[in-house]
Amino acid sequence: MSPDTLGPLLPAVPFIAALLGLVWPGAGRRLAAALGITGAAVALLVAAWLALTVDGPYGTYTELADFGGLPVTFGVRIDGAALLVALAVGVVALAVQVYSVAYLADDDRYAPYAAQVSLFTAAMLLVVVAGDLIVLLVGWEVMGICSYLLIGHDRRLPEAPKAAVKAFIVTRTGDVGFLLGIVLLGVSAGSFRIADVLSAVAAGEVSAGRLTAVALLLLAGVAGKSAQFPLHTWLPDAMAGPTPISALIHAATMVAAGIYVVTRLFPVFDAGSVPLAVLGVMAAVTMLLGALAATAQDDIKRVLAWSTVSQLAYMAAALSVGATAVALFHLLTHAAFKALLFLGAGSVIHAVGSNSMAAMGGLRRGMPATFWSMTIGLGALMGLPPLAGFWSKDAVLAAAQGKNGWVAVMVFTAGLVGVVVTAWYATRLWLRTFFGTPRSPAAEHPHEPPGVMLWPVVLLAVPSALLGFAAFAHGFTDRLRSPAPAEWVGEYSGPATRAQALQEAVELVHLSAAMALPLACLALGVLGAWLAWRRDPAADPARVLGPLRPVFANAFYLDAVQEVAVVRPSRALARVVRRGDESVVDGAVEGAGRGTSDLGGSLARAHRAGLPRAATAVLAGALLVGVAAATLGGLS
Amino acid sequence: MTAALVAVLAIPALGAVLVAAMPAQADRAARMVGTFAAGAALLAALLLGLDRTAWTGPAAADPGTAGTQPGGAGGSPVQPWHELDLAWAPGLDLRFHLGVDGISYPLVVLTALLTLLCCGYTLWNVPAPGRGRLLVALLLVIEVGITGTFLALDLVLFFVFFEVVLLPMFAVIAVWGGPGRRHAARKFVLYTLFGSVLLLVGIFTVVAATGTADLVRLTADAGSGMSRTTQLLAFTLLAIGFAVKSPLWPLHTWLPDAHTEAPTVGSVVLAGVLLKMGTYGLIRVAVGVAPDGAERAAPTLGVLAVAAIIVGSLVCLAQTELKRLIAYSSVGHMGFVLLGIATLNATGLQAALIGNIAHGIITGLLFFLAGAIKDRAHTGDLVRLGGLRETAPGLAGVLGFAAIASLGLPGLAGFWGEAFAVVAAFRVGGPLWTVLGIVAALGGALTAAYFLRLLRKVTHGPAAPAVAGITAPRLAPAELVAWAPLVVLALVVGLLPALVIGMAADPVTALVTTLATGSR
Repeated sequence: MSPDTLGPLLPAVPFIAALLGLVWPGAGRRLAAALGITGAAVALLVAAWLALTVDGPYGTYTELADFGGLPVTFGVRIDGAALLVALAVGVVALAVQVYSVAYLADDDRYAPYAAQVSLFTAAMLLVVVAGDLIVLLVGWEVMGICSYLLIGHDRRLPEAPKAAVKAFIVTRTGDVGFLLGIVLLGVSAGSFRIADVLSAVAAGEVSAGRLTAVALLLLAGVAGKSAQFPLHTWLPDAMAGPTPISALIHAATMVAAGIYVVTRLFPVFDAGSVPLAVLGVMAAVTMLLGALAATAQDDIKRVLAWSTVSQLAYMAAALSVGATAVALFHLLTHAAFKALLFLGAGSVIHAVGSNSMAAMGGLRRGMPATFWSMTIGLGALMGLPPLAGFWSKDAVLAAAQGKNGWVAVMVFTAGLVGVVVTAWYATRLWLRTFFGTPRSPAAEHPHEPPGVMLWPVVLLAVPSALLGFAAFAHGFTDRLRSPAPAEWVGEYSGPATRAQALQEAVELVHLSAAMALPLACLALGVLGAWLAWRRDPAADPARVLGPLRPVFANAFYLDAVQEVAVVRPSRALARVVRRGDESVVDGAVEGAGRGTSDLGGSLARAHRAGLPRAATAVLAGALLVGVAAATLGGLS
Repeated sequence: MTAALVAVLAIPALGAVLVAAMPAQADRAARMVGTFAAGAALLAALLLGLDRTAWTGPAAADPGTAGTQPGGAGGSPVQPWHELDLAWAPGLDLRFHLGVDGISYPLVVLTALLTLLCCGYTLWNVPAPGRGRLLVALLLVIEVGITGTFLALDLVLFFVFFEVVLLPMFAVIAVWGGPGRRHAARKFVLYTLFGSVLLLVGIFTVVAATGTADLVRLTADAGSGMSRTTQLLAFTLLAIGFAVKSPLWPLHTWLPDAHTEAPTVGSVVLAGVLLKMGTYGLIRVAVGVAPDGAERAAPTLGVLAVAAIIVGSLVCLAQTELKRLIAYSSVGHMGFVLLGIATLNATGLQAALIGNIAHGIITGLLFFLAGAIKDRAHTGDLVRLGGLRETAPGLAGVLGFAAIASLGLPGLAGFWGEAFAVVAAFRVGGPLWTVLGIVAALGGALTAAYFLRLLRKVTHGPAAPAVAGITAPRLAPAELVAWAPLVVLALVVGLLPALVIGMAADPVTALVTTLATGSR
């Protein structure tokens, strides 16, 4: 099969699996599981095949519609980075589908769940390979709706529907900016094809002011989807969804889509200095916000959710200093270890029957495989050498250190502080969950989950540990760089410009003395958490935060700010407009109707005169007519 | 194929007469006859798409030859695939002139499809007080009126068909409607008649000034027979008449009451196709005949359209009744269509055309679902509904799909009209239109908010008493048959928009070109 047909298969196969799963009448558990797992597995195989056989970037297109001279094309634009991300998506999707079979063993709505996960996989793969901005938007938004459907899946949770709506609305607000950015970009470039857009940008056909506006608008969508400040509030609440969904959508894939799109359209963001500076500020704020909020959470999933917010900020920080390959590297390692951590947390929750760490403790004795896998995952999260997260996080810090400018300095400083805090909360989670004495009856008799749940966790520990070493392989680093326009097959080759500069070999690893600083920060964080725990193993190390603890636990009360500043005024405005429309606009119409009937009524009353009055009126009228005729007749 | 042109009007007319004449005892048989007539009409409508006359003159493919020869059928933007031109009242110079082209064809098919689905639905479920055969007969008469409006190529004939729809629709609402039906029906008829009077005055202005009522000639002339002032006057009168129908804020207040009180099939036809008469009229008649007036009035139209989007969305956010919410959502969606028309460029008109079809499909489906929910739970009050997915998961699933399609999710039909109306606004450029585009995009976020609020209140959460007491949770076969085509179309048109706009590319480009080079 040629790459031309295989490329579109990547999103098509899971989409067909999703459609079949959704409309097949009376789809049983086995059929639903088979469809879901097959869809993910085939997508993974196709991605792997393409990654192995395709040696150069290429694109293939077919026109979908023409809106008055602005065509929309369906096609794929595949380079090395796209294939690596597609591989990561395939691996995590397959792991989640397999895991869900056991996790949702007692759920009667498993069939639509599996179909929706397939639909999500198709949408994410569409975003990864899309060669047209409108098609990318399709995948982008379908991911959002799948996230909404899947967060609200569990009927037993009363907070789930509200969390689902919040997730969709917050991301949709960002998506308004995203749509406007795409529209402005497409109209300016005369086409929605990414290749045409990038050529137009490279040729200088789009003015600098416009490019800045486009980049800032696109950043709104990125902030929403990748949960960066100020559109981050939906992600912790989204933990109301089933844990495998948290692993797939809210850790490994959908939230990474924003970062991915920035790398895909990087020349647009790189044109001026403002967009990347804004991104840098957002990244620095979010890094610290997420890490500090994670220190005080009791719910194990919320710790991981805030941790995701913080780690995504690391990727955004790498982008803000122009290191797109580094950002992608961290995206890949994060996908591996965060999916591992969430699925492992799911096993722990399954064993203990509660999300709360206050009900856990000493679990390592009964769940050794989960314990060791999660240890690897937490180590990778912290950046413990030689695990994957160490290499990628170090690459981010090295990239920030290597650049000049206030953005790089700010991002580097925030990154270092983030390392301390990340190590602190990761150690806290590790100790509180797996060490000490069990703090609830269920924790006293923990058991490993069934094999179908255990194996994805254990297998994900392998890339979490080893993926970092891929940074030494040229085959890997070569794929992460952005190809120059001339290298693309089947695409319009624009003038060779700044994109050529990205052609230099990307070095992801810098073995130098500068590594000592992050390691020192790591040690500081670990030590701090361990000391706080040791003093009282049964209590929460977060108690040392003192008065700051509720502030961190409520994430600086930003949720309340959003509620007061946006939600309540919108609802009030809606009520006012409704009343206005009903009383003023409709009131005018009803009033006109009533006025007319009243007028008719009074005229009818006037006509209902008795004989004397009627005779007088007739005679008076006749007199008037006679006088008028005489006067006017005399005048003419 | 001119036989198909006549058939698509004659079959429902004859069917209506036949159905109404059948005795009360044969009510069910009469409804079957009516459904059969609707099916035959759909077949005739589909046949209209075959064997098309080729396009001559400036086409979408070669914009370089734009504006070379206005005047004469060869260069007119209106080049019907099939045409029927008979003398009707020679003394008054009136002609019975019908024709179908790429702009009207999707609307004709949509009308026939929705009428067939409604007649089929009435086979299964007749609302109180019964006499279903009369309801079917009225639906068929409404179909004749709407299809005739889309096919008419003579202004007076257009107006006649426009008016044919009014009284049957009044009867549908007034007899088979909900508790407030009398008031709603009266309001609907009087308000629309007010618009029609202005429409008639506008038509006579045009006919008196230019001396012809033929749409093909008039569009080719592009308003050259009228002075600038007359054009603006004509456009304003025509536009107000169509704006009442579309409806355009602030002339929309007949819509919520009419939709809420109408029976299910009445709401489906009202929202699905009746509203499209207004927007179609704007494109075909108002813009085609008085393009200079259109250009001068475009900013006003654009502002009102965006106001419709925002006001419609905000009111929906505060709504408490199911059918009323969907009715106000129509105001918002038609706002996008009207914005597309107001931009007066090819992208905007294409967006308006596909927005029309998408709205017809999706809102038709939504009203079917609202009717099904109200029939089962005996209430449409959002406060009293809840937890539908617990008791009736199939119904909740389809409602979720329809709501998601209506909020304009990319990949489903509703997205194209909304997104490309924004694109069209940006293409016009300049501060006003850019702001309008931005505000319209914000309206998209509000649309998501109110539809998800609707889903949260109706389908999620614990089952409310009204919902828990549902005795027929499973979808009936008649409901599945009625809804399946709409669900499939929403997905297919979403994935392949070229199905709808591909055929309209030439006429739209030609129309836009005459706008640019018309009388100055």
